[in-house]
Amino acid sequence: MTILQIDFFYFLEKLLLIGGVITFSLIIAMYTTYAERKVAAVLQDRLGPNRAGPFGLLQPLADGLKLFFKEEIIPLTSNKLLFVIGPALAMITAMLTSAVIPWGSSVNIFGRNVSLQIADVNIGILYVFGVVSLGVYGIMIGGWASNNKFSLIAAVRGASQIISYELAMGLSLIALLMMTGSLSLKTIVEQQMNGAWGGFLGWNVLYQPLGFLIFLICAFAECNRTPFDLPEAENELNFGYHQEYSSMKLGFYLFAEYINMFISSAIVATLFFGGYDIPFVNETTLAHTLGGNVVALLGVAALLAKISFFLFFFMWVRWTIPRFRYDQLMDLGWKKLIPLALANMLITAIVILWLNK
Amino acid sequence: MSIVEILFWFLTALALFGALMVVFSKNPVHSVLWLISVFFSISGHYILLNAQFLAIVNMIVYAGAIMVLFLFVIMLMNMNTESEPQKSKWLRIAASLSGGSLMLVLVAALKDTSGRVTGVFKLDGNIGLIKNLGQVLFTDYVLPFEISSVLFLSAMVGAVLLGKKETNSIIS
Repeated sequence: MTILQIDFFYFLEKLLLIGGVITFSLIIAMYTTYAERKVAAVLQDRLGPNRAGPFGLLQPLADGLKLFFKEEIIPLTSNKLLFVIGPALAMITAMLTSAVIPWGSSVNIFGRNVSLQIADVNIGILYVFGVVSLGVYGIMIGGWASNNKFSLIAAVRGASQIISYELAMGLSLIALLMMTGSLSLKTIVEQQMNGAWGGFLGWNVLYQPLGFLIFLICAFAECNRTPFDLPEAENELNFGYHQEYSSMKLGFYLFAEYINMFISSAIVATLFFGGYDIPFVNETTLAHTLGGNVVALLGVAALLAKISFFLFFFMWVRWTIPRFRYDQLMDLGWKKLIPLALANMLITAIVILWLNK
Repeated sequence: MSIVEILFWFLTALALFGALMVVFSKNPVHSVLWLISVFFSISGHYILLNAQFLAIVNMIVYAGAIMVLFLFVIMLMNMNTESEPQKSKWLRIAASLSGGSLMLVLVAALKDTSGRVTGVFKLDGNIGLIKNLGQVLFTDYVLPFEISSVLFLSAMVGAVLLGKKETNSIIS
């Protein structure tokens, strides 16, 4: 069926994939809040949520319902339209990045080869950076529209933190891109899968450990997670840019943070840990015995396992390390991470030139 | 109409509407936000031309960095119509006249080009992709490219110097 030069089955396939990925991200983010409380409880020798449902598994639902039923307050002096747009933008930019992440190789459904990636654009990483740089607007607009000086100052604080760490993040990836020679996330994953030991020796983290470390630190700062959660430092800086928000709008801001965590874990896993590569297993030989679809689904499971580990790491750090002071944060970003990333880039370039000679 | 044409007209309408709203908005913060929507629609045009790199860099640099700085300044200064001094009537008339004549010249210059432009698609559909762009930048245009990067470096050094606390040692 082709109308307007579009294959409508292709259209439907992509639409289903987008719906699936977004629903999936939301559910994962929902249960990340639950996992965060459980991990915090374990680290602090408590029980954590255990009242709603078995093991407290319905706790995220209860939290969501609570937020929906709370009174919605829009301050009289605020800019009403922008006040509503702010949290919506935060959610949208959090979800947008999932479009270029390869969630798995392709599956065969009714004779159609369906790629488990929404869009394999050849500028995948740059797209991620484009969306990340837009993430600032949710914070800025929300903070300004509240018409409260504490919100505004917190918004400026948050925005300058995100902009500062974006630089180091981009520089740390240039070394990786020099090795892979491609900006497409799918190509990067496929290159890693071709390594020895069933792909394990191809993982970029083995060749770019410093780049990985810088990227991870920057990902923490971009997600506003502890030790860099200054935009929402409630005890010493009078809460953050969402100070005037209540009800589900506040929920959106807080929820966007968990989606960001999930997506950045997925990107770290894709760029440095082989994406949907199953370590120590050769996927092509396995596909002969088990069938392509099963192997593709196993790949998705492998990616999810890697993502879960990084989500756990995010929480582990949050409940272990205290918050940075603002000048320390800027110092780390501008005076330590950026020179380190530049040095990493230079060394990688020299090694690549030396090996190619 | 093909899908490309539909998208083209949609993006064009969006870009023009956004640009007009930049001018007509009373609130400078709204102007900046409309300007961002203009950059988005222009990025869409780049994607229609298969220049994906240009599209995304336009978004990262303009929408993601420069406009954020604009927003910083405007939000912190809290400008609005009551507190800002208004320009005199003659200045406004002169500005619209000169702007209008610039538009006239541009329209006159572009009026006859429609037949002469050879579309990028006809040359090679892949010409805007990052591989080709990088090759052109580092072979044919390597000197202008390097000179402009030196310019950026000097601007950066200048900004750092200006931002430093003024002490007597710098002056003397």
